[in-house]
Amino acid sequence: MNDPLKESMRASLEAARKKEYASLIEETKEPVPLAKNVLLAFVVGGAICLLGQVFYVLLTMAGLADKTCVTLSLLILIFLGSVLTGLGYYDRLGKIAGAGSIVPISGFANSVVAPALEWRTEGIVAGLAAKLFTLAGPVIVFGVTGSALLGLIKYIWLALTGGAL
Amino acid sequence: MNGRATFHFQIPVYFGGGAAVAGPKEGQGPMGPFFDLIYDSLQSAEDSWEKTETAMQRDALAKLLEKAALTDGSVDLLLGGDLINQLTVTNFAAVERDIPFLGLYNACATMAEGLLLASSLIGAGFIADAAVVASSHNATSERQFRFPTELGNQRPSWSQWTVTAAGAALLTNRPGPVRLISGTVGRVVDYGVKDANDMGAAMAPAAADTILRHLRAEKASPADYDLILTGDLGRRGRRLLLALLEKELADVDERFQDCGVWMFKENQDVYAGGSGAGCSASVWSGYLPRAMIRGQYRRVLLVGTGALLSAVSVGQGASIPAIAHAVELRTEGKEAR
Repeated sequence: MNDPLKESMRASLEAARKKEYASLIEETKEPVPLAKNVLLAFVVGGAICLLGQVFYVLLTMAGLADKTCVTLSLLILIFLGSVLTGLGYYDRLGKIAGAGSIVPISGFANSVVAPALEWRTEGIVAGLAAKLFTLAGPVIVFGVTGSALLGLIKYIWLALTGGAL
Repeated sequence: MNGRATFHFQIPVYFGGGAAVAGPKEGQGPMGPFFDLIYDSLQSAEDSWEKTETAMQRDALAKLLEKAALTDGSVDLLLGGDLINQLTVTNFAAVERDIPFLGLYNACATMAEGLLLASSLIGAGFIADAAVVASSHNATSERQFRFPTELGNQRPSWSQWTVTAAGAALLTNRPGPVRLISGTVGRVVDYGVKDANDMGAAMAPAAADTILRHLRAEKASPADYDLILTGDLGRRGRRLLLALLEKELADVDERFQDCGVWMFKENQDVYAGGSGAGCSASVWSGYLPRAMIRGQYRRVLLVGTGALLSAVSVGQGASIPAIAHAVELRTEGKEAR
């Protein structure tokens, strides 16, 4: 039969050991190279944005309407992100740049194309199409919800302050 | 209580041969010369990652039987597993063989579990020959446990690289140079590690628990062994294991090695080292028996380590339970051949 006192002693010993281990794994964890990561994210992220700007300027010089230029430069970045994912380079870029290549719109393209490639083996419908937004889905959900919420807040604010809707 | 579930195989069990197949990155590592076959791509001649991993198991089994000059009919039992849901890979490799089959899952401790079970069955006289196989594949694991392979994400330095390899070993009651003496069945241990990238930390306590239990049951100390070889703790997990054992044991030193550390060179960019069921399986079937027969190691303790996580448990924020099984090997005779 189990002695309840012994059992409780064993349990507290176990808890102490786990606590000790938790601090051991924290102490021995290599620090994340934060400065390096931030710098690389800034440089690569900045470079992608600069590239977008270059496309935009070139398109305006071609005499296209401003709105069209914005849309087209975004489309070019999405295209480049997708192609580089397909060719197997975007994951290598992401490994170096982190948020620098995730946050720009080319990173969004990567997060759509990567699952598409991965689940193609399970078929076009049940694989590729079904899994297409497994990673980008949350961005869309919260993006749309966030926009709707902000719109609502703006609407209420203007209604209260008597501004033009 | 500490002697519980340490088995001594009554009828002598011997290592009857091994075969290992590996992917391109593993082939370039220190273990490269000991693989029977190295694939030049993660996806070779098959139309999916999973089928490629199945092909690796199939090739490892074929090589094993070819080297041992055995046919399906002369092997009593096939035991094996992999990391993919419902043992997809192993089931599809086993369907091509005419050998009764037991599918096993203990994550990366699957090879150790298989060796332990096969030895027990041979050691108790139920069977004469058994083949044990286990595998993992970097891309099948990535997409099941983590993210699509082409996703541009960053991983911490303490994460590990899933090894693409399959290892198959033949155990038999026919005498040979390497004998399996005993084994200890591990307990599931959970020290509350929740970071799915930190598997070395999750598995180290399980390895420590099993090693201590085995040493107590054998009334041995680490100094009695030439090598205590864990499965896939990686550099970080190995360090943590040594820290845990130093509190309880003397001679915690370089005789403690890890297949995940052995698998790759320092410059191969694999974070804290290799992991995966194929990691220990390929080292134990390829390199180790040859090193023992050469006389490099006489008494060896193999400790397979498995992180028992799933995409579901990680998604639900559960901590990572882990397990480790130990198998003890010795070379026969005073003089190593």
